[in-house]
Amino acid sequence: MINWPLFVSQLFNGLVLGALLALISSGLTIIYGTLGVLNLAHGAMFMLGGYAGWLAYTYTNSFIIAVIAGSLFVMLVGVLMERVIIRHFYSRPHEDQLLVTFGLGIVFVETVRFFFGSLSKLVPAPPALVGITPLGFMFYPTYRLALLGIVVVALIILYLVLYRTRIGMIVRAGIEDSGMVDALGIDVYRVFMLVFGIGAMAAGFAGIINAPVVSIAPDVGEAILVQTFVVVVIGGVGSFPGAVLGGLIAGEIISLTSMFNPGYSYVMLFVAMTLVLVLRPYGLLGTAGRE
Amino acid sequence: MLKQRYFLVEALTAAGLIAAPLLLPHLGFSPTTINRILVWGLFGIGFDILFGFTGLLSFGQAALYGTGGFVAAYLLTRLGFPSVIGALLVGMVAAAVVGFLVGMIALRRTGIYFAMITVAIGEVFYFVEFNPLSEYTGGENGLPGVPTPSLNLGFTTINFDTDWTLYAFMAFWYFVGIVLALRIVRSPVGAILSAIRDNPVRAAAVGHNIHGYKLTAFVIAAAYAGFAGGLLGVLQAFMPPDAFTFETSGQLVMQTAIGGAGTLFGPLVGATVWLYLSDFLQTTLHLGATWKLVLGVVFVFLVCFLRRGVIGGLRDLFALITRRRQPPRPEQPSEPIAVQQLASLGPSRRRTEKPFTGAVLEARGLTKKFDGLIANKDINFKVAQGELRGIIGPNGAGKSTFFKMLTCEMRPTSGRILFHGRDITGMDVARVCQLGLTKSYQVNQLFTRQTLRENLIIAALAERRGTFSLDLLRRLDRVPGLDTQVEATLAMVGLTARADVAVAELAYGEKRRLEIGLALASSPSLLLLDEPLAGMSPRERKETVQLLRNIRRGRTLIVVEHDMDAVFALAERITVLHEGVLLAEGTPAEIQRNGLVQEAYLGGVAAA
Repeated sequence: MINWPLFVSQLFNGLVLGALLALISSGLTIIYGTLGVLNLAHGAMFMLGGYAGWLAYTYTNSFIIAVIAGSLFVMLVGVLMERVIIRHFYSRPHEDQLLVTFGLGIVFVETVRFFFGSLSKLVPAPPALVGITPLGFMFYPTYRLALLGIVVVALIILYLVLYRTRIGMIVRAGIEDSGMVDALGIDVYRVFMLVFGIGAMAAGFAGIINAPVVSIAPDVGEAILVQTFVVVVIGGVGSFPGAVLGGLIAGEIISLTSMFNPGYSYVMLFVAMTLVLVLRPYGLLGTAGRE
Repeated sequence: MLKQRYFLVEALTAAGLIAAPLLLPHLGFSPTTINRILVWGLFGIGFDILFGFTGLLSFGQAALYGTGGFVAAYLLTRLGFPSVIGALLVGMVAAAVVGFLVGMIALRRTGIYFAMITVAIGEVFYFVEFNPLSEYTGGENGLPGVPTPSLNLGFTTINFDTDWTLYAFMAFWYFVGIVLALRIVRSPVGAILSAIRDNPVRAAAVGHNIHGYKLTAFVIAAAYAGFAGGLLGVLQAFMPPDAFTFETSGQLVMQTAIGGAGTLFGPLVGATVWLYLSDFLQTTLHLGATWKLVLGVVFVFLVCFLRRGVIGGLRDLFALITRRRQPPRPEQPSEPIAVQQLASLGPSRRRTEKPFTGAVLEARGLTKKFDGLIANKDINFKVAQGELRGIIGPNGAGKSTFFKMLTCEMRPTSGRILFHGRDITGMDVARVCQLGLTKSYQVNQLFTRQTLRENLIIAALAERRGTFSLDLLRRLDRVPGLDTQVEATLAMVGLTARADVAVAELAYGEKRRLEIGLALASSPSLLLLDEPLAGMSPRERKETVQLLRNIRRGRTLIVVEHDMDAVFALAERITVLHEGVLLAEGTPAEIQRNGLVQEAYLGGVAAA
């Protein structure tokens, strides 16, 4: 017998988690799509956002400032990472790119551990968003509801930037064929740097706004990275709509499976990924020819 | 090269393993550390075959390491399995079976997709070990009480229960592991794995079932991982659950990269550096948990600057010191292609087909649509035995699409393709190549990290061994007829003198000839050449035209070419495509007089 109130609330939890995963995954996917680099340090970006925000919060006690600081800091890290290291790896094989971003991820995690220790930190939700909101059919934590709203807004902004601005047009053209964009006289490297910054920021932003829900620890990004990969495989690499769809699917799978047995949530995620790989190897919304 | 000195590496390994317990303790290595290095090293041998040789970077090897380890430990601790070695072997087989299943899923994609999928799979195993299967695996407690091995020789029993006897046990298996791995990488399968790393498209095009070989590499890696996992339990007398973590997979990857991928010994060297540093940083420098930060930074620097790891770096250094780098060769012109009666290739393995009188290749109603665009429309096309057919047409006429469908690289939207009367529509490229139809590419598709001879060996192997064969332990030079095949092909394309030069050092014209040679080495009865003269100097063009004249003996050739003079001089019949349809077909003279063709090329001026 299914416990319906629990089911609905888990459905909601899945939506929140799904939206969050969608945001993080779109960051990963636009970086990969444009630059051709899979950033294995993307989970660490999520973690860094949380820590930078937490640090800002402890000094200012302002959640808004924490969110801004977390996002901007991670964007800066992303830009620097692209400038100093990733740029030299564009012409090197994929494996080298994977190795170096994997190594950087470890460096980020261990640096944070060095300064702040392994104990988890909590950023409280802003006072206005604490408590429970009646939705008519159920009660739901106010901050989670707000989180859903914030992430949806962030996704819409990202969509608008990608699909309605000049720079977004260049980025999407770059996803199709970055060589051609270069040939048209556009400074692709500047675009690359920007994309890496924006992509990293998406993860950092998610990291800090999620901090009131799940406390942050140095290795919080690892699980997120794995889930993000599943999302991208399900949705299709390099596809923004794919990341959103994949995120929602993954979020619901994790949430609904947890209702029965959390131990199986990864198994179910894996089953979904396998099904997609068997039936649509390039992802639900992906296209062929992008490895 | 690996070719000579067949037992040197094995002998040196044995000597090193015997010397290690005498030397390493003086450098501060404890026996346990040395044993752990061997476990990582063995784990890494399989991984290196997968990553270093085949180019598949997996971040999920912990799943197989853990599987082998827990199966062995479960047998020994819960079921009272009598033999440690037996349990290790069962664990290895279990890991190989799991590896086969996991590989089937993960290898549906390559490159970064493969990496992502293996990360996810690794994580699934970790969670399965902790939750659904915790009854069997002990969950977070692991499985304690794994016994030490012993060997009953009848008259006496050897117990491997002290540090150094355990070392002897580990060292023995490491040695077995390295000997087998050396055999594998020197076998035809090893050559094909390297070819897949270099250029998977071409490896398939010359007739290898690359998916099968990738799966083979994955299963080999799984077997090594499983056995090493079992050894870990034996070493610690306890099977730890963290064998399954992402960290384990990551550490393996990092150690392999530090030591040098593609060397088989890289993981061992990497593990030595890693474990030594971690001991040194933690106990001597008292860095505590910061050691991982230091190692992370070291690793990033290494990936940035020492691309081929410690072993690669040492090799370069050695070459620099001894100045073994060969002096730059004087530019020696390649042998001209003369009109000659060429040494024919040895009897082909597949020449069983009965004499066939109809068209060698026939296309019926071939159509290809890309969304709204119709690239090819209802093309009917026949080529007779022994013919040299040219295909021409202005840019955008649909030649490339048509060609790709003929070689089965692209599936037609509708229509059939018959080769020797047999329907090959939708067949995969490797199968078609095995039937005797192959192509040479417009843009060179070579195995760039190998020598010219090695390139041709890869193509000839497909001809000699079929799409898939598991002769893992056969030496490459024991493949019957391989040498003759390679030498004959070298002679045919006039590159015998350059056989042992690395592809990267070849001149462009030579690379073009090798490109054709790769197709020839698979003994095709029908060869399709996609712009063989592209980018060549006038002299190279002349030579290549002569080469085409030579190789057409006993073969049917179809050539797509923009060089009209060459096509009209070479071809007996010419097919003209225009805007996706077949515009005209006939002898060069007929085509030259054809008004429609003139109009297509000159835009109606000539026809007026």
